Amino acid sequence: MSKQSSAVISKVDGLTKDGTPVIEAGEKQATTSSEVVKPLRPVKSRVASRPWDRYLVRTLSIIGAVVIWYLCSVNHVSFIVSFENVPDPLVVGDQFLFLLGTEEFYKHIGVSIGRILISFGIASVLGVAVGILMGRSRIVADVIMPHIEILRPIPAVAWIPLAILMLPTEESSIIFITALGAFFPVVLSTLHGVEQSSEVYVRAARSLGAGKMAILRHVVLPGALPNIMSGLAIGMGVAWFSLLAGEIISGQYGIGYFTWNAYSLVEYENIVIGMLTIGGLGTTSTWLVKQASKPALRWQESER
Amino acid sequence: MSTEELKAKLLPPLGKTHKMRYKPEKGHIQIENVSVDFGGDVFAVNDAFLEIMPGEFVCLLGPSGCGKSTLMNTVAGFVNPTYGSVKVDGMVIDKPGQDRGMVFQQHSLFPWKTVCDNVAFGPLMDGKGIDSARSTARSLLEMVGLSAYEKRFPGVLSGGMKQRVGIARALANYPSVLLMDEPFGALDAQTRAMMQENLLQIWEEFGITVIFVTHDIDEAVFLADRVVVMSASPGRLIADIKITLPRPRLAEVVTSEDYIKAKKQCMDLIRLESMRAFEQQRTTA
Repeated sequence: MSKQSSAVISKVDGLTKDGTPVIEAGEKQATTSSEVVKPLRPVKSRVASRPWDRYLVRTLSIIGAVVIWYLCSVNHVSFIVSFENVPDPLVVGDQFLFLLGTEEFYKHIGVSIGRILISFGIASVLGVAVGILMGRSRIVADVIMPHIEILRPIPAVAWIPLAILMLPTEESSIIFITALGAFFPVVLSTLHGVEQSSEVYVRAARSLGAGKMAILRHVVLPGALPNIMSGLAIGMGVAWFSLLAGEIISGQYGIGYFTWNAYSLVEYENIVIGMLTIGGLGTTSTWLVKQASKPALRWQESER
Repeated sequence: MSTEELKAKLLPPLGKTHKMRYKPEKGHIQIENVSVDFGGDVFAVNDAFLEIMPGEFVCLLGPSGCGKSTLMNTVAGFVNPTYGSVKVDGMVIDKPGQDRGMVFQQHSLFPWKTVCDNVAFGPLMDGKGIDSARSTARSLLEMVGLSAYEKRFPGVLSGGMKQRVGIARALANYPSVLLMDEPFGALDAQTRAMMQENLLQIWEEFGITVIFVTHDIDEAVFLADRVVVMSASPGRLIADIKITLPRPRLAEVVTSEDYIKAKKQCMDLIRLESMRAFEQQRTTA
């Protein structure tokens, strides 16, 4: 062993000799001030059990809403908002159970899920790609941004006539309308994420020999990932309500078609069931997107 | 926490530390009449001339905003000089390269990569396979005493640990020059002292040229072979002071008479040169 490393080690020894009393003092303090330590523990355990508390509150909240709905519709409450013709939850529930026994209902759901998957797939791939291009190139951003700003506020329903005129099939019109809705949140979130990427990471990567593509892959993309993922989750929600608009033009199937059809046939129960089914499917698919993004964002947990 | 753990946390075992046995041949830096302006009529760096020999440890000392980081960034290749040129081993610098490792002030580790993959990034970019890159990374992490954290994300590390990973990452391509931009500025005094000592050991082990930017005169005198002083504005080098304190330098050095003398010399010269620069400014303005 060289002279220097032994010098370092003797330094370590010196430190512990001096360090030991410090630690003892610290331990003593911890034991004597147990009054201070004790109140901390319940706080910790409360934090740990909080998810359950919160799920309980959420469940109760839903149950509460259904009860209010029931009371209002059974008593035909009509004060500003009229429940005169609103079917009560039990009737809706009955009808729902009946529909669950029919093949038709699953077909509606299946067709809609298929459309969502295709539309959301297109919207995510295009949205992320365009968002990254816009974030990395000023000219691309300037070319594309005005279109996004003008087109984004247009509601999906307004696209129906043009979509029918411009696209070859009914099916592709529906996909177009749905994908367009999902596209905007994805592209904007991606752009935001890329723009946020810290210059110091890019510099670090460059000084370590990274080229443009490597910076994109190892720095820009992972840095923007949290934003991309929340954009995808929002996009999934938007896809569902755009789908409802798109399926107005569908002649046969789809949960949106089911709802519109119930509306024209004045089947109140089915309207409510259609709406709640879309709500449920939208919530579930958004949750799935969030779950799928978790492994990729594990590093974020350590940032807090 | 046991004393063993505490010891490990405070002062990690370094790799085999030995005195430099060879004279470094690489890492010769020539900064020739470099001026940098960012579009205004004020120079961030004004006609800087500095030659740094292979293996030298040079501290660039000056108040915040004096342009010392900008000058170092010309060596890093992040900033191109408006006038003059920077050469490393005879090659003119116009972009960042693997021959110059960079340690940033803070928050520069990729938070989405594990500690190991952060350090492995350089070798990976150098065209090494991921396995070989990781094994290089592991040996460097062992050197800075952070093997236990290789699979963790940087977010769980303390400030000092992050900077040790940062140093390991910068060294992973075995550069001839290490550029450090106030790397310990955000650390508490104790950690900082420890880090300085570690850095000197690594420097001697690697035989690498170091440019270390700081505004802390104690840090500069403790670390450097030469302290190059930069004045507030307009970004001029005003003094180049040789520090002849013996090496290896351990933390105790700061209480020695030699150190205090060196520091005092340094301070006197800085004051003198600052006054002179100030006078000059007034007469030319």
